[in-house]
Amino acid sequence: MAFLPLIGILIVVVGFALRFNPLVVVAAAAIATGIAAGHATIDVISAFGKAFVDSRSVPVVWLALPVIGLLERAGLKERARTVISRIQVATTGRLLLAYLALRQITSSLGLTSLGGHPQMVRPLVAPMAEAAAESRWGELSDRTRNRIRAHSAAADNIGLFFGEDIFIAIGSILLIRGFLDQNGVHVEPQSLAVWAIPTALCAFLIHGTRLVLLDRSLREEIQGERIADPLNTVLAPDDGLAPDDA
Amino acid sequence: MITLEFVNVLMGLMMVGIAIVNLRDKTSPKRYNNAGFWGIYAVTFLGGSYLPNFVNGLLVIAMVLIVAIGKLGGAPPEQVSRADREVSAARWGNRLFIPALTIPAVALLGTFTLKSLHVNGVPLVDPKQVTLISLGLATVAALVVGVIMLRPPASAPIVEARRLMDAVSWAAVLPQMLAALGAMFVLADVGSVVAGILERWIPLDTMFAVVATYTIGMALFTSIMGNAFAAFPVMTAAIGLPLIVHRFGGDVVVMAAVGMLSGYCGTLMTPMAANFNIVPAALLELPDQNAVIKVQIPTALMLLAANTAIMYLFVFR
Repeated sequence: MAFLPLIGILIVVVGFALRFNPLVVVAAAAIATGIAAGHATIDVISAFGKAFVDSRSVPVVWLALPVIGLLERAGLKERARTVISRIQVATTGRLLLAYLALRQITSSLGLTSLGGHPQMVRPLVAPMAEAAAESRWGELSDRTRNRIRAHSAAADNIGLFFGEDIFIAIGSILLIRGFLDQNGVHVEPQSLAVWAIPTALCAFLIHGTRLVLLDRSLREEIQGERIADPLNTVLAPDDGLAPDDA
Repeated sequence: MITLEFVNVLMGLMMVGIAIVNLRDKTSPKRYNNAGFWGIYAVTFLGGSYLPNFVNGLLVIAMVLIVAIGKLGGAPPEQVSRADREVSAARWGNRLFIPALTIPAVALLGTFTLKSLHVNGVPLVDPKQVTLISLGLATVAALVVGVIMLRPPASAPIVEARRLMDAVSWAAVLPQMLAALGAMFVLADVGSVVAGILERWIPLDTMFAVVATYTIGMALFTSIMGNAFAAFPVMTAAIGLPLIVHRFGGDVVVMAAVGMLSGYCGTLMTPMAANFNIVPAALLELPDQNAVIKVQIPTALMLLAANTAIMYLFVFR
């Protein structure tokens, strides 16, 4: 049966759709794929164990957790909020736009380790983005707060993905060259990097525009919630934005 | 020579500490499950290079069974109240940023300098792993700076690491599990089966159809595999090289560069790219594990359209 190796993909799609625990779904898919391909169970478990151990460098960023936790305990997030609330022109959208640009530019220079979710987004970017909204509109609902946090993580990802390929020594360019070499086509890394630039510009324009529009969307969401539930409005909406300024 | 094993030992020691803090936390109803999960994970770091692969496989299966049957407990409450943290923040001011910024600063410095350091003619650091080892060293340096500056109780770093690690929970291991799944896909040759389906079912007789199939196929296949690097060889061997380059005379550089970036659009939309999408949702304590993906989908779709246009306009110049 030619399609049998696809059973892993089926397990993943169904398992994720039914909201089973992803770790369990992925492990089951891995074992099932190996067995469907006709390998002995012992060989499949060995290959699975080897692949897992070979990828131990993937979670290396977690080594930042002791110091990040220590700093959170000492008030790092609170400090990040105070700093941003003193900057009058800072809005959530503008702050994330600046971070997007910074992340794209530094990644394109090969400095990908300047960002990242545990080191930058959780302790600094997300609290700052929340604080920028709080200093305008007061206490935020959980829904709004979570939306701002998700946008903070997204800005980091998009900045990284569509910046790093402009740097010639990054993994993806090495992979492209290696694959094309195997197929008898030789290309220069510089020319691959140059052709990453149009997409990088489009990414900044598209996501940047969405971030500029985010401020208006957040304001509408917050005002909508307060109109729907006016008794909850302990603080008057302190809207620092003129209506045409978002 | 310092190799990646140094980073593995650091990770292993941290996981041992996290397991012990969990074990001693009598307030946590799931403390044995959490201690077992992080404890076994520690063994894969400390012993993984020496144990037989079959044993490593069984260890991973044991971790999965703990999650599937016993479930893991969530993060403990913060030990220091918000009011106390405000006082501390006011006291330390912007100096609090120093240890946090030590991580990228030392990581960059290490990446640039460690490559050229030699002791008795042997490189001090494995030249192929300089970036990862620098990051490992940087976290240690930042922790030292933080401890000297703040003078916390000795247990504070590992207690705080446990609080954050249990907030991320099983999602912390998901990227590695997906890498293992990717290896099994290669073993079972899933790529050529998918490429065969695409070739058979999609009409590929116009230039635009070929370009769109390649870019959308890259995004789609990346969504399945969770990684554009896994999708690129398959899609490029099936469509990129034979059709865009050889049949229609397209430019190989534009095809490859924009094709890979089309794959990245798929990365933004899939839970399979756990490192970028699921892990931050857990790390930021979002109730919806797909919250980051939902924010990224509009950008990803517009950018995929832009990539298709860029390739169509420039690949056949």
